[in-house]
Amino acid sequence: MARRKTPEVNAGSMADIAFLLLIFFLVTTTMDVDSGIMRKLPPPPQGPIEDIKLNKRNVFVILINKDNQVAISGQLSDVGDIRERVVEFFTNPTNNPDLSEQIPVLDKKDNELSKDNPDLDKIQIYDNIIEQLGTFVNITKGVVSLQNDRGTAYGKYLEVQNEIVGAINDLRDDLAKQTWGKEFKDLNEEQQDIVTTIYPFAISEAEPRSLAN
Amino acid sequence: MAKFSKKSKGDSPAISTASLPDIIFMLLFFFMVSTTMKEVEYKVTIKLPEASEAKKIENKSLVSYIYVGPPNKSWTAQYGTKPVIQLNDQIAKLENIQQWVEEERGQRDEVDVPKMTYSLKIDEEVDMGIVTDLKQELRFAQALKINYSSKRITQK
Repeated sequence: MARRKTPEVNAGSMADIAFLLLIFFLVTTTMDVDSGIMRKLPPPPQGPIEDIKLNKRNVFVILINKDNQVAISGQLSDVGDIRERVVEFFTNPTNNPDLSEQIPVLDKKDNELSKDNPDLDKIQIYDNIIEQLGTFVNITKGVVSLQNDRGTAYGKYLEVQNEIVGAINDLRDDLAKQTWGKEFKDLNEEQQDIVTTIYPFAISEAEPRSLAN
Repeated sequence: MAKFSKKSKGDSPAISTASLPDIIFMLLFFFMVSTTMKEVEYKVTIKLPEASEAKKIENKSLVSYIYVGPPNKSWTAQYGTKPVIQLNDQIAKLENIQQWVEEERGQRDEVDVPKMTYSLKIDEEVDMGIVTDLKQELRFAQALKINYSSKRITQK
């Protein structure tokens, strides 16, 4: 080739230029992956706030006070217990009258159908549940209520949030594995809708107030 | 063989460095693609909490960041030591948030606005008071998709 015979423009300095650029990007790079816990805030209240009446057994109250102590249903507890307790609360395996009510999916569908303008998407999902999982599926009425003081440390708050979200994720994964042998995130959209209908992110956060104890 | 030895007997050619730039360019492109320029200069110190359920945020172009924490050393003289809110490059007040949300929306395509996520980077020592106020403001600005930024840790 010609390269051998005529001396070429020295390409050695090209490396230097590239190095310079490389070092610039190396320095400016922040490799941190942005991760976090996704949540949805409730839309702002419109008009006067109405208290939604919920049966006491369907509300699982977690309190965090300003000294970062956690109370589950009024009893001082450890953060590590939350996950287990939330799972128990949602599934209510022993039909404990103090834990959340379980509504059979057929009742849910009838309930939706009897409304003035039934939500067709919801009915479709209920039908999918019946078709794919059978009629014995129960849907919980339970809601986790998380209340904190203004003096609570954000770190503690997020730790508790994390446990609740973790509990729901565990439930979803269990259901997904049992039914389809896959993890929740690997399911298709229709299957994910089924799972999220059975185990919704039912976390309610109270309007802020000061908790004495 | 004869050909080989003949050549090496003459002036031994220097190893060609012509392919070195190619290698470096390859590295360069890798870093260019994977780079996320630091979005802003932090005026607050933030130590993110850890969470096992944290998930990676997809679609970074649709994420707006809000920082909350005590001001940096160089800013304590101006802003004190109490936790403050930083939006973009500036320390902001709670009242500025709704306007800021509008500005952030204006920078995106209209179709993307409902997909926008607000990432809250909050120091773990901050009291919930300011966080609650912030969330309240976001609610009124109809910025409902939020992300509590936290470091991902593997489950214990």
